[in-house]
Amino acid sequence: MPDKIIEPPLHTAPAVFTPALLDWRPWLKPLAEESLTERQMAGLVDAVRAKSPYFRLLARDPDALRARTLTDKDIFYNPEAGLPRGERELAAAATSRFNGCIYCASVHARHSATYSKRADDVQRLLDEGVAADLGERWNAIIAACVALSATPIDFASEHVERLRRAGLDDLAIADVIHAAAFFNWANRLMLSLGEPALPAEA
Amino acid sequence: MPPALTDVMDALAGIKPGSALDAVRNRRPQAREQTEASFRALFEPESFAGVSATERDALAVFVTGLHGDAVSAAFYADRLAAAGPSPEVPAAIDAAIAAATGQGPYGRYPAGPLSREDTPGPSYHVGPEARRILGARLAAAFDHAHLLVFHPRDAAPARLQALLDAGWSTTDIVTLSQIIAFLSFQIRVAAGLRVLATA
Repeated sequence: MPDKIIEPPLHTAPAVFTPALLDWRPWLKPLAEESLTERQMAGLVDAVRAKSPYFRLLARDPDALRARTLTDKDIFYNPEAGLPRGERELAAAATSRFNGCIYCASVHARHSATYSKRADDVQRLLDEGVAADLGERWNAIIAACVALSATPIDFASEHVERLRRAGLDDLAIADVIHAAAFFNWANRLMLSLGEPALPAEA
Repeated sequence: MPPALTDVMDALAGIKPGSALDAVRNRRPQAREQTEASFRALFEPESFAGVSATERDALAVFVTGLHGDAVSAAFYADRLAAAGPSPEVPAAIDAAIAAATGQGPYGRYPAGPLSREDTPGPSYHVGPEARRILGARLAAAFDHAHLLVFHPRDAAPARLQALLDAGWSTTDIVTLSQIIAFLSFQIRVAAGLRVLATA
């Protein structure tokens, strides 16, 4: 029998960018949690991800998922020098805001607010978009993410120079590049394989 | 296939051993290694399963072409040429790129306050001549690639149904989506590091 798409059950889609916890509903059938093979579990990297329909859908190509997950973790969690964690998350949130991924923006707005302690500025990024004036250092990071996320890519030496003037060294600038580039990967999967949903009222 | 002598990202970004950016990349060793592993998993997997090597490389030529990134486009065009497709295939892909090129991201939001940010833009479908050469499966994959490259926020379940109707399975669609999305990452890291090396 040919495969079918899933018509998501009735739900309320978020109509604004929000830092609230959202659900995500797949449009294609994820693997069943109880029948994941060893290789598919290895693709998930963290066993707890077996609870997520997004990761169980991506686990259909387990080797690609595993390599992607391990790339993600080093770009965002490697504590050694470079861009502070809150600003790596800012880059993820800004890229998601620019590409229009409401789900990814919600997750990384929360992380950015947690690590940077600048929840009000993160909220302004969500509300006003990537043109929000959040001080020169954050403005420079967001402008670099926007230029990298445009297709064709718009990123040029003026963006690097602006980041250097804002105090970023080359490792930190490479972190901005990787964080923005990675969310061009993540946004396209999240936006095209399912949709965000407001959690049902408890 | 024997292991490549060079790291693909280093090749695309022009990074030489011992250079300043080589050192920068070594500060994130797992990202470096797993970026390469991602390329291998998608383009040189243990099993090609439902998406052939030629389909993967053809899709990459189209996606890198849509980005207008000459270095990445040449890399995947060489891979495709090595697979020895009929000469009309690369020509059909080039024609599709010329017809599909644009500027993103654009698209629509759910109706509401964000509607003021809706940005109109074309929805591309491979034309009949290229479709005849590429086949219905690859043509459907190209249609989807254009959506993901330029206007991913217009994605909808019907777009996945179109891929299923063209003969792709659910698992194939995951792989196609990963290829397109990974390339969106790879092209940007390479382009960004090239700028950083010279700025």
